[in-house]
Amino acid sequence: MTDRDLAPSFIEDVSALPTHAFSHRSLTWWGIMAFMVIEGSFFALAIAAYFFLMAQEQQWAPGPWQPPGLVAGTLFTLVMLLSEIPNSMIKKAAENYDVATARQLLPVMTAIGLLLLVIRGFEFNSLHVLWYESAYGSIIWALLFLHTTHIVTDWGDTVVLWRLMKTPHGKDPRRLVDTEENALYWRFVWLAWLPIYVLIYWVPRLFH
Amino acid sequence: MTPAERAKQPPADVARDGPKLTGAKLDKRLAATWSNPPGFLGWLSSVDHKDIGRRYIVTALAFLALAGTLAIVMRLQLSKPDNDLVGAARYNEIFTMHGTTMMFLFAVPVMQGMQIYLTPLMLGTRANAFPRLNAFSYWTYLAGGCLLWVAFLLNIGPDIGWFAYPPLSGPQYGVGKRTDIWAQMVTFTEVAALAAAVSLTATILKQRAPGMSLGRMPIFIWATLVTSLMVIFSMPSVALASGMLLSDRLVGTHFYNPAEQGDALLWQHLFWFFGHPEVYIIFLPATGFVSEIVATFSRRSIVHYPIVVMALVATGILAFGLWVHHMFATGLPRIGYSFYTAASMAVSIPTGLQIFCWIATLWEGRPRFQVPLLYVIGFIFTFVIGGLTGVIIAAVPLDLQLHDTYFIVAHFHYVLIGGAVFPLLGAITYWFPKATGRLMSEALGKTSFWMIFLGFQLAFFPMHIAGINGMPRRVYTYPAGMGLELPNLLSSLGSAVVAVAVLLFVLNLVMSARGGRAAPANPWGGASLEWATSSPPPKYNFLHIPIVNSLAPLWDAGEKMAVVHGLRIDDRELLLTTVVSAKADVREPSAEPSLWPFIATIALTVMFVCSIFSPWALAIGIVPVAIALLAWFWPKSPEPEREPVIS
Repeated sequence: MTDRDLAPSFIEDVSALPTHAFSHRSLTWWGIMAFMVIEGSFFALAIAAYFFLMAQEQQWAPGPWQPPGLVAGTLFTLVMLLSEIPNSMIKKAAENYDVATARQLLPVMTAIGLLLLVIRGFEFNSLHVLWYESAYGSIIWALLFLHTTHIVTDWGDTVVLWRLMKTPHGKDPRRLVDTEENALYWRFVWLAWLPIYVLIYWVPRLFH
Repeated sequence: MTPAERAKQPPADVARDGPKLTGAKLDKRLAATWSNPPGFLGWLSSVDHKDIGRRYIVTALAFLALAGTLAIVMRLQLSKPDNDLVGAARYNEIFTMHGTTMMFLFAVPVMQGMQIYLTPLMLGTRANAFPRLNAFSYWTYLAGGCLLWVAFLLNIGPDIGWFAYPPLSGPQYGVGKRTDIWAQMVTFTEVAALAAAVSLTATILKQRAPGMSLGRMPIFIWATLVTSLMVIFSMPSVALASGMLLSDRLVGTHFYNPAEQGDALLWQHLFWFFGHPEVYIIFLPATGFVSEIVATFSRRSIVHYPIVVMALVATGILAFGLWVHHMFATGLPRIGYSFYTAASMAVSIPTGLQIFCWIATLWEGRPRFQVPLLYVIGFIFTFVIGGLTGVIIAAVPLDLQLHDTYFIVAHFHYVLIGGAVFPLLGAITYWFPKATGRLMSEALGKTSFWMIFLGFQLAFFPMHIAGINGMPRRVYTYPAGMGLELPNLLSSLGSAVVAVAVLLFVLNLVMSARGGRAAPANPWGGASLEWATSSPPPKYNFLHIPIVNSLAPLWDAGEKMAVVHGLRIDDRELLLTTVVSAKADVREPSAEPSLWPFIATIALTVMFVCSIFSPWALAIGIVPVAIALLAWFWPKSPEPEREPVIS
C-alpha cells in the first residue's frame, strides 16, 4: 500500500494562503526565539557562576581590586536604551511594508552598533581587574565578553541586512520579515545587558 | 493597489497540486523539485532530513562500534585479577574514550538522528524547519567525533573521564592537549545538538499536518519536543563549562582554581546541570519509540494518552532538579541532601506511570510478539531493575557507600542500555522497512534479541555484586582474593555474548538492506502518518499534504485520505500551521540544497581546533566562518514582479 493507493480526497485549497507572515506565524521567528532561549540560558548560567564565585569571597569586588569605573558602562547602557527608538521604528516600518524607512534606518542602527563596540572597548579598559588576576576578574570578563559576542553578531547581521535591503531583494516581503526579526533580536541583546550591567558595575560596589 | 497591498498578494500563478495534478505526473514534477543535485557535490549539499537523519544514525552506530570495542578491551583486561593486558595510563584513556563516545557521539546523536529522520514524516510535511541548519548540525557533529578519535589514534586522546573534573582536567594536572581536545569536542557536539534541537522544535510547532492539534500528536513527537527543549535548556551549561575550562587552560582564568578563589565544584554543578538532563535526553526519545511500537503491536492506541504525555513533560521538568545527586559525595547542606533525594525519587513516578500505561495497552490489546515488541519487553524488564537501583542510590547513606563503585556502573548501564539501546534496536527494526523498503529478517532478529538480552544480564548484573564487594570504578585492575574474580569473569563472558549479538544485528541490517523481503508502505499496520507514504519515502515525503482528524489517522482514514492541495510544485514550498490547533496558515519556501553548511563547518572546525592552541584563532577564524554563513543565508534571486494587468 502506498499513499498513491490510498486515494486522496481533496478537502482544502491552500493556494490563497499568504507566503509570508510576521511574528509567531513565521517559521524563522521560532528559530530566533529558540536561539534567544539558548543564549539566555548561557547568560543565566554565567550569572549563576558569578554568584557561586561571589560566595567564595568575603567582599566583592575582593581586595585589592577596586570596582569597575562607571563611566563607559553607563554610557553604553544609555546608548543601548536609546537605540530602541530607531529599532522600534525599523520594526514598525517592516511590519507596514515601508521599505524606504527600513532602508533609511538600517544604516543608523549600523552606526549605533559601531559606536557601542567602541564604547565596549573602553569598558574592558575600566574593569580595574584582568581576567587572569582572580576568579572575580575571570567572571567579570566572561560576562562582558559573552555580551560583546552578541553585539558583534547583531552588528554583522544588521550590516548584511542593510546591504541586502538596498538590492532588489528589499522588495521581497520575506526580507521585511527578516528585518522585523532582526529588530526583535536587538531587543533581546539590550534586555540581556541590563542585569549584566548591574552585576558588573553595581554589585561589586554594594559589597565592596 | 498600494505597495503594501501588493506585497501581501500571493505570487504569480504557478503549477500547484490538486485534483488536476496528482498521481504519477505530480510525482515526477515534485521529485524534480525536491531532488539533490547530481554527483558527490550534490551528496555533500543535501539538506533532505532523510539523508541527514540516516547519516546521523549510521555515524552514531559507527561510534557505538568503536566505543563498544573499547568496552571489550576493558572487559578483557578485567577478566582476571592483576592482568597486565592494558596499563593504567592507557586504561584511563580507554574508559574516557568509551564514556565520552557513548554519551556525546552515540547516544544523543543517534536519538536526534532518529528524530530528524522521522519527525517530518510523522507530521505529514515535506521537509524539516531550517534544513541547512540541520545539515550543518550533522557536519559539525562529524567533525567533533573525528577530532576526538583522530586525537586518540595519535595518542593524544583525553584521559580524564567523560566528566573531566578539575583539578585533574585543569592546567596544573591535565598537562598537554588531551583535555583541550575533549573540551573542544564538547563544543562541537553541543553546537550540533542545539542546531538539531532548534530545527526539530520549530518543525513540530509549525509544520504539523492540518488538523494535527497538540492533542493529536504521536507520542514520539511529544517525546521529541520535550527532549529538544531539554537540549535547548541544558546543553548551554556544558558548553559554558567547557569554554571556561578551556579558558582556564589557555588564557589563565581561574574559574575552577581554588588558589585564586575559583571553585572546582563549580564545574561539577555546571556539568551535571547538563549531565543529568542528558540522561533523559537519551531516555525520553526511547520511551517515544516504546509508545509507538506498543501501540502498533498491540493493535490499539496507547491507554491514557494524556497521562503518557503529561509524564513525558513532567520527567522533562523534574530532570532539571536532580543534578546534585551526582554530587552527594562532595558534601552538601542537610537540606540539599533531603531535597535532591526526594527529587530523585520523585522522577521515578512519571516514568512508572508510563510503564503502567504500556503494560495496560499490551493487556488490553492483541499483542504480536515480533522483534520490535520483544525489545520493548526486554526494555521494561531491564529498565525497571535499573530504576530500582536508581531509587536505592538516591538515598544518601547508600550512595556514600556505593559511590564510585561498580554498583553505579551496573545501575547506569541498566538504565542506559536497557532504557535506551533496547528500544533503539526495536525502533531500528520497526522503521527499517520505512527507510529502506525492505523488512529485516525476523529469525535473525529474534536470535540477536535473545543473545543481547541475556548477554546483557550476564555482563551487567554481576557488576552489582562486584560493586557491593567494594570494586572501584575506573581502576585498571584488582587484586585476587577479594571475591571479585567470579563477577568479573561473568561480566567479561556476558560482554562477549553481547558483542557477538550486536554483530548479528549489524549482519541482519546489511543483509536485509540488500536482499530483505520487500516492504509495503505500512508493513506493521501502524497508525501514524509516516506509514501513509511509500517505503522508502520519496524525496518530497508526501504527494499531497494529509489532513488529520484523529490520534490514529491511518486507522481512522477509511478508503480515502483527506488532503490539502494548492501547494507550489515548481518550488520547495511548505505548509505552516498554527501552533496549538494546527490550522493551515502560511505557505513558506524551504531552503534548497547548498554546500555552504558543509563549508561553514570546515571553517568552524579550523577555528575550533586552532583555538586549542591560541586564543587569537577565535578572532581570526571567525572571518571565514562569517563569510560562509553569509553565503549560506543570502537569499536566492527574488521572483520578478508581476506585470501590471491592464483591464
